[in-house]
Amino acid sequence: MAATTTLPRLLPSGDSAITVEYSRDIDDGANRSVLALDRSLTRAPIAGVTEAVPTYRSLLVHYDPVQIDFDTLSQRLLALATSPGETTASARRWRIPVAYGGEHGIDLEDVAKTLSTTPDEIVARHVAGSYRVAMIGFTPGWSYLSGLEKSLHMPRRQNPRLLTPAGTISIGGVQTGVQCLAGPSGWHLLGRTPVRTYQLHRDPTFLLEPGDDVTFSRIDAKTFAEQDRAAEAGEIVAELVA
Amino acid sequence: MPKLVIASIGPASSVQDGGRPGSQRYGLVPSGAMDRHGLAAANALVGNAAFAAAIEIGPFSASFTARGGPVRVALAGAQRNADIAKRPVASDSSMTLADGETLTTGFARSGSFSYLAIEGGIPGEPMFGSLSVNARAGLGSPYPRPLQAGDELQVAAASGAPERRIELPAVSDAPIRVVFGPQDDEFSDEAKALFIGSDWKISATSDRMGYRLEGPVIKHLHGHNIVSDGTVNGSIQVPGNGAPIVLMPDRGTSGGYPKIATVISADFGRFAQISAGRSFRFKSVSMVEAQAEAKKFAELLRTLPDRLRADGTEFNIEALAGANVAGHAVSAVDAGTWHPFAHSESEQAP
Repeated sequence: MAATTTLPRLLPSGDSAITVEYSRDIDDGANRSVLALDRSLTRAPIAGVTEAVPTYRSLLVHYDPVQIDFDTLSQRLLALATSPGETTASARRWRIPVAYGGEHGIDLEDVAKTLSTTPDEIVARHVAGSYRVAMIGFTPGWSYLSGLEKSLHMPRRQNPRLLTPAGTISIGGVQTGVQCLAGPSGWHLLGRTPVRTYQLHRDPTFLLEPGDDVTFSRIDAKTFAEQDRAAEAGEIVAELVA
Repeated sequence: MPKLVIASIGPASSVQDGGRPGSQRYGLVPSGAMDRHGLAAANALVGNAAFAAAIEIGPFSASFTARGGPVRVALAGAQRNADIAKRPVASDSSMTLADGETLTTGFARSGSFSYLAIEGGIPGEPMFGSLSVNARAGLGSPYPRPLQAGDELQVAAASGAPERRIELPAVSDAPIRVVFGPQDDEFSDEAKALFIGSDWKISATSDRMGYRLEGPVIKHLHGHNIVSDGTVNGSIQVPGNGAPIVLMPDRGTSGGYPKIATVISADFGRFAQISAGRSFRFKSVSMVEAQAEAKKFAELLRTLPDRLRADGTEFNIEALAGANVAGHAVSAVDAGTWHPFAHSESEQAP
């Protein structure tokens, strides 16, 4: 699918960052445009830009106002956004093992009940999906994936949990996610992966990049325990399938 | 090699430096000093690079003991009583602790965070180029968590360089300047006018992730859920209850509440120093003004070393004025007898 050609809105985020907004909504085309602009900026760096942070719908461009001003940077970003760059990345495809249900995914049964089907059917649908890392944010390695099948779309919990486990695989709204560190979440917990998307002192420290493709495979509790030990020791555990 | 031992310390105290920008695309926030001006001033006093790692001391009292040799340190940032062995010492100056001596710093009198820089810096293992503590991500060196009593920092022996004080511009209490956006179109003109026209206070439940504001309820035009987008230091997000939260250096890299405005970078450290419960206002400025202020602020930080003065030997007008007000007989030329803080600590305790 080609990136949308709609012109982005340039919104000031203080005097040292610009939000390049393609959409107000979760929109696959907008996310592709965001990732394309991010790649263009990597390929053709602008002096004074310090880092860029892709999200579902916008690219946050941090810069040093001593080196470049808002108007000049806005013009250059717009020019970059409208120039015909490559729109498809040479995406990597990861297969991420997941232990679903039980103690690993305490919401699986409730999700099945709410959607009037069985836990196994929920897992089958989740594993059948092909996802893309739309953004990584909030805490290190928390990867928000687009591509969740419509029948699994569910509103978030009324009351977010204050603590959910490291490695949680969950669904919320139209998204699914791979959470790395333990922390708060309002999503529905389907399972856990032994994969660390962020691990200090491992090369690479961050496993996933925005734009990477992701699929899931089901593992049992015993395999989870084995792979969890291996991952703790620094193994990547996730498979790079393309 | 001498050590600086943390004899006692309060919450919200940690090793911080210029932070670790560059990995926000992976969800890793830069962290770093709440008040970069305070950090840079403390470092200038002991000849360190502007954003070298120092101890960021939270609003409460703390004490530090030199062991195994003399240690030269400097205190800047929030104003607070301080003494070495009951001998008062001034903020914004360097000092040397003899082996076994203890520097005690009181509650912050004005401001929240002080910076204790150590000559030669803090040895540690940089992670993503920084020693700054980010406890959630397990980052920070030598301790990946806030400092606790009993912690020890291996430091360089004092060089014996003459002590210095630094003449800083007076701390402004003018309104905190903001630039509207990125989601100010989620708010009515009335809501924006209320935001700018009201008195605000910082809630005591604030931390290095965010400062919660107490004041009028800021209503949204279209509800409080937006699709998450990126955040910066000083993003002012408005959650469902209408009470704004200003995002601080340990913020999440993305957030799903509309952001009405952003604190300008030149005022961010000054904002971080506003103590809980004190009234302040915001003022909206243009992007052109905000960026001109950013340049001035960068220049101020760059030229901090030019503001260093020999300590204690020069005629000190400020000290003389303070002494007259206090009505005590003190020598204006002897920093050792000049106690710049006339208020008792108990009046300032939260």
